[in-house]
Formats: sequence, C-alpha cells, structure tokens
Amino acid sequence: MAEAAKEHAIRTLTEFDTGKVTRLPGGRVLREYWIEALNKEIEVAPGVRYAAWTFNGAVPGPTLRCTEGDSILVHFTNKAAMPHSMHFHGIHAAGMDGVFEQVPPGSSFDYAFTARPFGLHLYHCHTMPVKMHIARGLYGVFLVDPKTPRPKAREMVMVMNGFDTDLNGEDNEFYTVNGFANVFFRDYPIPIKQGELQRVYLVNMTEFDLLNSMHTHATFFHVYPTGTSMTPTIYTDTISMGQGERAILEFRYDYPGRFLFHAHQNEFAELGWLGQFEVKP
Amino acid sequence: MTVQDERGPAPATRAGATRAGAAARSSALRVVVSGFAPLLLVALMAWWFLRFGVDYVRLGPAPVEKLAIERVIFRPQEITLLVRNEGPGPLTVGQLLVNQAMWDFSITPGRELARLQSARISVPFDWIEGDPYVFDVITGTGIRHVRKVEVATATPSVSPRALSIFGLLGVYVGVIPVFLGLLWLPFLRSMPRSWMDFWISLTAGLLAFLAIDTFRESFEVMGRVPEFLNGLMLVALGAIGAFLALTGIDTILRRGSESRPAPARGMALAMMIAIGIGLHNLGEGLAIGAAYTLGEVALGSFLILGFTLHNTTEGLAILSPIVQEEVSWRDLALLGFVGGGPTIVGAWTGAFTYSDPLSLVFLGIGGGAILQVIRVLVRARAESGESAVEALAKPRNIAGLLVGFLLMYLTGLLVAG
Repeated sequence: MAEAAKEHAIRTLTEFDTGKVTRLPGGRVLREYWIEALNKEIEVAPGVRYAAWTFNGAVPGPTLRCTEGDSILVHFTNKAAMPHSMHFHGIHAAGMDGVFEQVPPGSSFDYAFTARPFGLHLYHCHTMPVKMHIARGLYGVFLVDPKTPRPKAREMVMVMNGFDTDLNGEDNEFYTVNGFANVFFRDYPIPIKQGELQRVYLVNMTEFDLLNSMHTHATFFHVYPTGTSMTPTIYTDTISMGQGERAILEFRYDYPGRFLFHAHQNEFAELGWLGQFEVKP
Repeated sequence: MTVQDERGPAPATRAGATRAGAAARSSALRVVVSGFAPLLLVALMAWWFLRFGVDYVRLGPAPVEKLAIERVIFRPQEITLLVRNEGPGPLTVGQLLVNQAMWDFSITPGRELARLQSARISVPFDWIEGDPYVFDVITGTGIRHVRKVEVATATPSVSPRALSIFGLLGVYVGVIPVFLGLLWLPFLRSMPRSWMDFWISLTAGLLAFLAIDTFRESFEVMGRVPEFLNGLMLVALGAIGAFLALTGIDTILRRGSESRPAPARGMALAMMIAIGIGLHNLGEGLAIGAAYTLGEVALGSFLILGFTLHNTTEGLAILSPIVQEEVSWRDLALLGFVGGGPTIVGAWTGAFTYSDPLSLVFLGIGGGAILQVIRVLVRARAESGESAVEALAKPRNIAGLLVGFLLMYLTGLLVAG
C-alpha cells in the first residue's frame, strides 16, 4: 500500500487530466471529466494508514486542466457512504456551486460551467462539516490556463496537505506534498535540469493549521498569486499561504547538486513536508 | 479448626472393604467429573462463540489499538523505548515522533506486534540531560500513543559506582534516619510512665500517616500501569495479603509464648513495627530509585535531606513498645536494620530493574503491613474488654495521634519538590 501511495504522489506531480475533448457547435471546446467519491484506506507515512474519503481513489484527487473559456462538464458520482459534493473555485452560476445541491450516496450530479478566470484553482467537497470532509481528503487542483499559454517550462503540481490520522479533529499528525510524507525527500528526489525554467503549481489544502508554506534552498522564485496574472508580484524564496490559497512559482537553478525545499514551519517539515531537487548539469 | 474432628466417619467406610473401595473410586470420579464438567462447558461455549457467535453479533471491524510505552531508556546518543501492545488485537508500529518530529528508528523483533507482545524501539538521538521529551508512537491506523519524560537522565546501568550511589541514597533516606530516631530511647525513658499512652498513640499517628502516604504513592504509579493489569487490584492484593499474613504471624507468636493468647508487647511488638516500616521503606526506596530512572525528579541534595529528616520519625515509632523494657544494643541494631535496610534494596531495585506492576504490589504490602501494625499497637494498650477504637478515643490518645500525624506532615513538607 505504501508503494501505491508513493506512486500516486509522484504521478500527481506531473499528471494532468485534460478531460475528453469535443467541439460544441460554434467551435467552443467542451471538456468532460468523470469523478467518483470513494472511501479508501491509503497510506500517508510508512506504516501509517488513513481511512480517507477520496475523489477517484487517492488524495489529492486528479488535477483537472483546461483553458479559459472552455465549456466544462464534470460527471460526479457519489460511491461513498454519505452525501458529498464538488465545489469548484471559479466564476459560475449558483446551482453549480456544489453547496446546496448535496449528492446522496449512489447518486450523480453534472457540474456544467465555463472555465474562468484563468489561474490556479481548486475543487473540494462542500458537505458539512466541511473541515472534516476536506481533512479526510476530498480535494484536488483545478488549473485553468490562459488563452495565450505561459512560457514553456517544466511543470509540477504540489498540493500541501496534512493528515489527522488519529481523527481527533484538532491537529495533523503528518504533513505531506501530494499525500505521502517525505516522498520527494526520501523516495523520489525530483530531478531537474540546471538552468531550465521550473513552474510549480502550489496549492495549500492543509486543514487545522492556518498557514502552510514553501521555501526553496539556494534559489529565488517569482510568485503569481492564484495564477490570475501573467506578471509576478514578488521575488522571494519563501511563501506562506492560508487555507485554500495557491500560487504559481517560477524559478531556475544556477548550480547543480541537491537542494532542499520544505515548509518553513519547520515542525511541518519534520512531520513529513520535506523534499529535495536533484539539479543535473 | 476443631469442627472437622467432630464430624463422623463417612457412611461408606462402615460397609465392606470392597464396597467401600468401589464407593471411594466412584466418589473420586464424581469429584473429577463435577470439577471438570463446568470447565468443559465453558470451553465448548467459547469455541461456539468464536466459530459462529462473532459473526452473528458483528463485532466492529477495527479494534482500537493500544500501545503502552512502558519504559524510556536514555543512553549516550541513543534513546530506547520499550513498548507493549496492550490492545485487543495485533497492531503495526508505524512512525515515531520525538518532540513532534519524525525520527528514523529500528525496532526488534519487528513492526508487527501480536496482542501483549513487546518490542524495543531504538533511536539514535543527541538528547540533552535535564530536558523534557515527548514520545509519540503512531500505529497502523494512525493513533497516537504518548509518553512524556519530564527530565531526561542517563538511565543507570548496574555498575559498582551506580550501586554505591543508590546504596548511599538508601542509607541516607532509610537507615540513618531510623537509627537517629532510635537514639531518642534515653529521652523517652526519662519521661514519666504515665506518658506511655501518649507515645504509643503518637506512634499510631506516625504510622497512619505512613500508611496513607504509601497508598497515595501507589495512585501515582497506577497512572502508568496498563489498564488491563488493573493496578488498583495489585495494590489491594499486596495490602490484603500483607495484612492477613502479619495477622497470622502475630497469632502464632502469641500462642507460642503463653498458654493464653495475649497482645504482643515489648520487643515482639517493636519488631512488628520495624517490619511494617521496613516494608513501607522498601516501597519508598523503589519509588525514589524509579522516579530518578523514569526522569520524574531531579534528586537534589535538599530532597534527600528532606527524606532523612522525615524518616527520623520512623525510628521514634519503633521505640514506643520498648521504652520500659530491657533491650540490648544488638536488639536495637536489629530493629534499625529491619526498619531502614529495605530502603537500600528498594532503591537498587527501583533504579535498575524497575517494574511498575511489581512496585504496586510492594506498595500494597507496605500499606497493608502498617495498617496491621497499627491494629496490634493499639490493641496492646487497650484495657480488657475495650475495643481498639474505644482505647484510642481518650483525650490523651487523640492528642498523641494528632501530634504524630502532624509531625509527619510537617517534616513531609521538606520533601515537597
């Protein structure tokens, strides 16, 4: 089970679900996605299991990617044991917000809306108590690309989260990126090319703790808050984000070697939020 | 037990020898069958329940995991945890957090622990003398099992130096104070004879304090003992056992010396008090040695001197029955060793091979023994036809009792820390 969890974390880094693409009359792109809510036991640190509630069987759920202006149709089926929903961050009609339209076990719901604005967004279950539904794992990344694509870069998705394994509803036992403690430190130091432009889609889905953060060693990055502008706002090496906040980070490494990246809440780093880049010449 | 003698021979023996033999065999068979039949039925019922009943009542799928961190051992650059699975089913040791940080560890015999199985978790760690540490073991289903150490101290290993340190501790806390207390004998002898009752009841007050204190101590230890071991019952076992055993010894002693049983007096009574106090000091030694090892106290010189003064009153307690008796120096020395010596044994045991459940039994024994000694002591002064309570309820005795209790309380403040 540990291997499956590690594999999922590594795959989430670079795997994008762009949906089933068809053209609507008039030429607009329609993207269809299929999402299921499932209860599933996952492993979050070596030897530690977690009774997760998931979108498509893992935490975080799939990264749904599209382009601004696309018509989006998400076929959601609830195969779990209690009502759930999908609430997308974005601009859409009231009935598509996934709050008042709860989906009972065994039922389906189609979310239809136009992807806007462009930027780095997220989706999560909005059934009460929301704190619990998110802490249990019902969330994923919703990435809307601008019509004029961003410059070519090596892209990575990093979802910062925590796992309250003893389910006391107060705090997290472990902190991870993409669902498995220290996976990018111990199991898969991320290989990158010296001088190549790196783009990290960083999303904070941590519950209980007000802030999470990322710090890169030996390089600085440009920050595009929520990815809604093509102009960066800050140039730094540490960024803090509240719950549900996200940002696009762009950076290069000038020197080869191994470089740490981690939460600068060092207590989180020492509970699993630690990784390294292996920069190759 | 004279009742048995009055019972006539069994009817069967009056008949012929063969019939008697057959009857004896059949009655032996009946004993065996009637003894084992219920056990057999219980076994049958257990088999049925495990085979069919469990599914029928649908017991919950995942029993709650329980892991006890029984002991923390600090060695240079290494911390070792002794853990035990005390839950209803098997469990997996997942992760170890030291002060809320994940650490690499090795575990023998392995991560998978059967019910009641124990394991040894070792972590390379640059720990700091005197710092507090919190250990969290997180098991397979994500549950946290916590153990706090208030003050990290190198766990003593048996060495000549450690033996002498804890031996000296025992001498200071147990032996010296008891002997110092014994030195009050000439003083007590110079007091008027009519004060005798006062000294005896003062002794009873001292002892009552010790008994309560012993039980209080046991409550502290109880908090660390796994629930399934039922700490309270271990204390009760020790206390009731010691009380009954000493009652038996007392009865035998009295029957041996005189034709008519009489309350123990003089040297015999003093020895009983010394035994009771000795058992209490064994528990106290255990507690001191263990507290040091478990990192719960920093044993300052002030604390040790406090114990010394506090325990001087124990010597005083031994004296009261022999104030008016001829006793040799050898007898006095013997009383001192019986009362104070066990502290040394306790301190060694507590420091090197400490076990919470065992020390609960010992604390119980100490408490029960003292209660019995109080009973004997009070009865020795009671006039014929008077109950122990009636004997105590005289103004001078009540005063003595309270003074004794207060004396213990006030010297006990010195140990507060």
